[in-house]
Amino acid sequence: MRYLAYVLRRLVATVPVLFGVSLIVFFMIHLVPGDPAKTLLGIRATPEAVAALQKSFGLDKPLWEQYLDFMGRLAHGDLGRSFFYNVDASELVLGRLPATLWLVVSGTVLALLISVPLAVLAASRRGSALDQAIRAVPLVGLGMPAFWVGIMLVLLFGLKLPLFPVSGFGDDVAGHLRSIVLPALTVALALTPILIRSLRTSMIAVLDSDYVVTARAKGLTHRRIILSHTLRNAAVSSVTVLGVNVAYLVGSTLVVERVFALPGIGTLMLDSIFNRDFAVVQAVTLVFAVMVVAINLMTDLAHAALDPRVELS
Amino acid sequence: MSTAVGPVARGRGLAARRPLRMNATLAAGLGLLGALVLAAVFAPLLTSWDPIKQDLSRSLQDPGNGHLLGTDQLGRDVFARLLYGARTDLRVGALAVLFPFLIGGALGLVAGWRGGWFDLILMRIVDIVVAIPFFVLVIALVFVLGSGTRSIYIAITLVGWVAYARIVRGEVLVAKEQEYALAARASGLPTSRILLRHLLPNVVLQAFVFSMSDIVLSILAIVTLGYLGLGVPQPTPDWGSMIQEGQAFIFTKWYLAAVPGLAVVITGLALALIADGFVHRSERR
Repeated sequence: MRYLAYVLRRLVATVPVLFGVSLIVFFMIHLVPGDPAKTLLGIRATPEAVAALQKSFGLDKPLWEQYLDFMGRLAHGDLGRSFFYNVDASELVLGRLPATLWLVVSGTVLALLISVPLAVLAASRRGSALDQAIRAVPLVGLGMPAFWVGIMLVLLFGLKLPLFPVSGFGDDVAGHLRSIVLPALTVALALTPILIRSLRTSMIAVLDSDYVVTARAKGLTHRRIILSHTLRNAAVSSVTVLGVNVAYLVGSTLVVERVFALPGIGTLMLDSIFNRDFAVVQAVTLVFAVMVVAINLMTDLAHAALDPRVELS
Repeated sequence: MSTAVGPVARGRGLAARRPLRMNATLAAGLGLLGALVLAAVFAPLLTSWDPIKQDLSRSLQDPGNGHLLGTDQLGRDVFARLLYGARTDLRVGALAVLFPFLIGGALGLVAGWRGGWFDLILMRIVDIVVAIPFFVLVIALVFVLGSGTRSIYIAITLVGWVAYARIVRGEVLVAKEQEYALAARASGLPTSRILLRHLLPNVVLQAFVFSMSDIVLSILAIVTLGYLGLGVPQPTPDWGSMIQEGQAFIFTKWYLAAVPGLAVVITGLALALIADGFVHRSERR
């Protein structure tokens, strides 16, 4: 019951954030210097196209009325209309969302598979050469541009080890799985330095805690202590650290999709920027933000479910 | 220097004003960054090639024959573009962090000190801005503002100030309960003097340490924008556009894309070492 109340409270807390996000996304068009419709469509735009864009965004109406219209459309799932493709932006986004979700999920799983064992190893052999080596990973990794890592993986796997496709998304589930390996590895390598650093610190706190000291005093082996006493805590820490870095993770998919020609919402956004298709850019920004808010909510709920010490009241 | 009630209890502010006490990590980071900055500043002395001038008769030459790292598809010297690219990316990266640092720091200082509605509203705005992924928002803003250096500064400032506001506010919440701050308040000093002379020196270190990794993030954003064709306008050399141009030749001239990326990694390493060095320094005291 307490957990349900916590879920409801967290759900309610996302409402003002989503409201604020809608405001930012709405005001984006008003940051365009000069006449937004003319600037966005470029110098070769016809007067008809400019008039159509002005009408579509209601740019001649008062600001508050424009916002109410925008929110009214959002409430009906209407994300505007793409000028370039001449279809609803929501249709475009929904068609592209699966590839991005595949990338976010597989990238997260791979990042955890790489960073949790390394962080546990570093924390349990604190001060050793191995620990030093693992601690060097974040120092080098934090400055690696995700798209550059992707290009280097294309070089390695395209030329030397042709095991996985270096572009596209495949046609069936098996094809998706094979195609997602390299983009997911790229996202994972971008996230791993951050995860290792935070997880190592929280694992050290666990290993120094009283109950681990007691377990050690009872004569339990190091292996047993790690496997049966600290891994649950490692899971809790992973969820927390993931929650904190979820926006970074989701953001890095944008450019990784471009490197691997993955048909997700990131490539849709970048293509729409070059097509000057504002409604789609606006829609994708909103969807990315909603994705972050949703994942944040899920990690909070998972954290509360995994760790009974989380204050639910 | 502050006169009346100085920050003696925790002493971080005073210590921050002491001559820099080195540790190996800090020294390595400063050395590496110094070398990069010197290479960028003295680029004309390190290479005689023009980074912009095209010579199609010399396109895609292998390293050697007077071109240390070969030439690109337009016959421009890659080493020269790498050095001049450092000028662009280091300058824009550092400046792009300055505005968020000042604006976010000032807002965080006031929010932490005053509390109340100002703090409440500011923190809700922070929650909203961090909900939109950094790269997504920066790219969307550069799109609406129009590509170019000015737009990059504005976009990174609009997105980046939140981190500084959060950090400084958190530090102020702790610092304002310290004895020196309570004493300053009790002695009737004006708020501006308490904030600027007594609290700021004590809370700014964390924000400064964060700014080192934030410069890395800002350089990553600039390089990413350059890679996407939304960054510093051509023909100004920039590591991101160099990687983007080199990507087309990845299977034949891999170094065209690899080397500018390595330059970003080394810059990130230098700044991460400096940040770590400062953290170790403050932990040891």
